[in-house]
Amino acid sequence: MEQNSPILYILLAILVTNLIRVLPMMLIKGPIRNTFLRSFLYYVPYVTLAVMTFPAIIETTLTPLAGVIALVVGLIAAWYGLGLFPVALICCIIVYLIDTLLPML
Amino acid sequence: MEAVNVKDRSRTDTSSPLRHIGEGLRDGTPIALGYFAVAFSLGIIAKKAGLTAPLGFFSSFFTRASAGEYGVYTLVAIHATYVELIAMCLVTNLRYMLMSAALSQKLAPATSWFHRLLMACCITDEIFGISVSRTGYTPPAYTYSAALISSLFWASGCAIGIVAGGMLPTSIVSALSVALYGMFLAIIVPPARRDRNVLYALIASFFLSGICAVAPIVSQWSRGTRTILLTILISSVVAWLRPVKKRESNGTE
Repeated sequence: MEQNSPILYILLAILVTNLIRVLPMMLIKGPIRNTFLRSFLYYVPYVTLAVMTFPAIIETTLTPLAGVIALVVGLIAAWYGLGLFPVALICCIIVYLIDTLLPML
Repeated sequence: MEAVNVKDRSRTDTSSPLRHIGEGLRDGTPIALGYFAVAFSLGIIAKKAGLTAPLGFFSSFFTRASAGEYGVYTLVAIHATYVELIAMCLVTNLRYMLMSAALSQKLAPATSWFHRLLMACCITDEIFGISVSRTGYTPPAYTYSAALISSLFWASGCAIGIVAGGMLPTSIVSALSVALYGMFLAIIVPPARRDRNVLYALIASFFLSGICAVAPIVSQWSRGTRTILLTILISSVVAWLRPVKKRESNGTE
């Protein structure tokens, strides 16, 4: 009955996704005083990124070993203060080498 | 002489927007590369849902949500209802609400509503990550430039994936997709080195996230759902056990 065009779906998705982003920003005016809330929001970014990194980094590579080694080397490189781009590049090279070399062994 | 010194010191706070744009482009580039790889594989799914390359570009440029778009395209492919589509968008993107709330604390109090609106729209996991981890208030120019370059690569990746999906060797797609995670590590590890509480939070996150990926019932939930629940749980516990003392983030203990 209803003509579900991809364009309508996509316009709706764009609207909803951006409303989610905008609402808290527009509702929260000024600094939050509550210590728990402040602390919660302080930890949120690190926790989210950590949860998204592991175990996904192992699941996206062709061989899990490549992901494990990229993770360990990436952690060490980041610990010693390498920036976003170098760490990302190192991880890519490691995964490419292991994923292409391992099947040859 | 004294007056000049004072003036100099105050000037360091309002450094030029051009420098912020440069920094944004610099930090946005690895994000853009990682996005390109992920969006490319997303394009292959979008094609199955019947999207053309221009529509894929449009959709990705304005949505910018990996898990969210993945969910949307799978629903478009099966001609789901609009209610299902809205529910999918809410669940897969709920974390952006937390991020928006957190980012609201990083804007200078005098920031206009227009900049607040635009800053909020820039939020993706990665753009949020680099914006919120800056010391002091985050200049909008920094976030805008990083978001622009990464969104262009994200949208192009999706469009090219729709056109040329399956033409790149899988080893290259696999290697590129890790760029994102390498970048995440570079964002979360340095603060953990400075702040022991962040280190504890990270160890708990890796550990619990690993367990949830293999645990019986939990592993059946979508990755987006697990991310939200673990983020709320772990951040709450750490915030309760290790509250942040009232001090502006200038890195001194």
